Amino acid sequence: MHPSRYADASLIRTKFADTIEEIIEAIGEVTLVAKREGLVELMTFLRDEPSLKFNYLSDIGGVDLGEFASPRFAVAYQLYSLEHNHRLRVKVFLEEKDANLPTMWNIWKASNWLEREIYDMFGVNFEGHPDQRRILMPADYEGYPLRKDFPIKGY
Amino acid sequence: MADTRMTVSMGPQHPSTHGVLRLELVLDGETVVKAIPDIGYLHTGMEKTMEKEKWQQVVTITCRMDYLNSMGNDLGYCLAVEKLMGVEVPERAKVLRVLLTELNRLASHLVWFGTHAMDIGAMTGFFYAFTERERILDIFENASGARLHQSYFIIGGTRWDVPDNFIPQVKEFLDGFPKFLDECKRLVTGNKIFQRRTKGVGVISKEDAIDWALSGPTIRGSGVNWDIRKSEPYSGYDTYDFDVPVYDGCDVWSRYLVRMDEFHESWKICCQALERLKTPGSVKSDHPKLQLPERDLMKQHIDVMIHHFLLASEGFTVPVGEVYQSIESARGEIAYYVVSDGGERPYRVRVRTPSYVNLSALPAMVEGSLIADVVAVIGSIDIVLGDVDR
Repeated sequence: MHPSRYADASLIRTKFADTIEEIIEAIGEVTLVAKREGLVELMTFLRDEPSLKFNYLSDIGGVDLGEFASPRFAVAYQLYSLEHNHRLRVKVFLEEKDANLPTMWNIWKASNWLEREIYDMFGVNFEGHPDQRRILMPADYEGYPLRKDFPIKGY
Repeated sequence: MADTRMTVSMGPQHPSTHGVLRLELVLDGETVVKAIPDIGYLHTGMEKTMEKEKWQQVVTITCRMDYLNSMGNDLGYCLAVEKLMGVEVPERAKVLRVLLTELNRLASHLVWFGTHAMDIGAMTGFFYAFTERERILDIFENASGARLHQSYFIIGGTRWDVPDNFIPQVKEFLDGFPKFLDECKRLVTGNKIFQRRTKGVGVISKEDAIDWALSGPTIRGSGVNWDIRKSEPYSGYDTYDFDVPVYDGCDVWSRYLVRMDEFHESWKICCQALERLKTPGSVKSDHPKLQLPERDLMKQHIDVMIHHFLLASEGFTVPVGEVYQSIESARGEIAYYVVSDGGERPYRVRVRTPSYVNLSALPAMVEGSLIADVVAVIGSIDIVLGDVDR
């Protein structure tokens, strides 16, 4: 495993104590579990802080933890620093009744389609997104295919 | 003065849109004012389907996503699950994985070379490239039994070892490839028409390329020296001698040059891997839960028979956890975010496909250029629609 692959989370922990709920280190990967409040500030810091410099948003992935779970959804941001060659995952949990997140459009342009896809597949709303439309499914499609209660053969 | 703008649909049947991409183009004369990509015609629902398959069965889906880079897709998924399980793969399996993945990169770049040149109007290169690609597909068929969707890599190694005639077959191909590559370069690279259609076209700056999270030859054509085989080596890539081609023209021509150089670098890796393949060894991990037992043992011992039955019918379980594993595919960073709940099926497999992310920057590349340039730019991103619309 590459020695410089994963980010040191201690700096982030002290700076964003109110936003970060938990820091998990497993299988050589670091996950920050963050609250939605303060997420934009956290992400901006992660991008701009010279010792972190997560200037590359690799991916955003949604997970449905099940229709009876509370919170129901998890959204995982996979960040990468081209300069320091390290990675970090920021994870936010959301309740189904309040599945809203701020858009990352002003931080990384790559978030545009990735957020649209999560909106399309899970029904998570991204506030401030410049063009939040369905991306893989037709505009008039009902339901969110990657939710666990969505049948594999469709409704 | 009357508004002269016109909206046209390019695709999904236009040959240069490589499948089922539709572009809504707002034109002012021949200038593209706005480009809105419309994807989502395939509806393959692969991420959903993966949640219903056993861990091992998922490789039959991943190889169908980016069907021009099947080996790479399977490799990324296998590495992710192996990381979750803490499984170590034998050296010979690693070498086989590198060799076949690099051959697949050559095959994929050959399709790009042929279709990209054809998009711009050069027809001959297409036939040259596809003839050569057939030789690689013959090699895949010899190793795995399938030409396109091999599912040859499995969790813990490869499905079986390669046959005896595999090494001479690959050697024959590799011996002839440099000559073929020279012919290709002579055919297209020096062509004045091709150069004028590609230089200064579809420009995306280094900063924008990072901001849009481009990857693979597309970002390396914008001057970013980033290749996951070097930055986060897997399958022993750090032990191979190869360079990462980078050009800073940020245009279609630069992306073309990057891929043409990558032909040579992949060929170099293949030659080294082929040498290492001469050392015999196991191709499967000795993890007892992963591999089907030997047939002879199965006929002699009932407990081995039971193990075979359980593994074939129920599969195996993977410890609770999540992992993000990325590799350098022919098109860029393909990554798997795999979540396991400890069951015999993946709870969630999220695939970060390079074509999808690279295509999202298409409007930034084509707005302000001529409609004829859109064709050149799409070809330079080298999208596969199965990779865009999962």
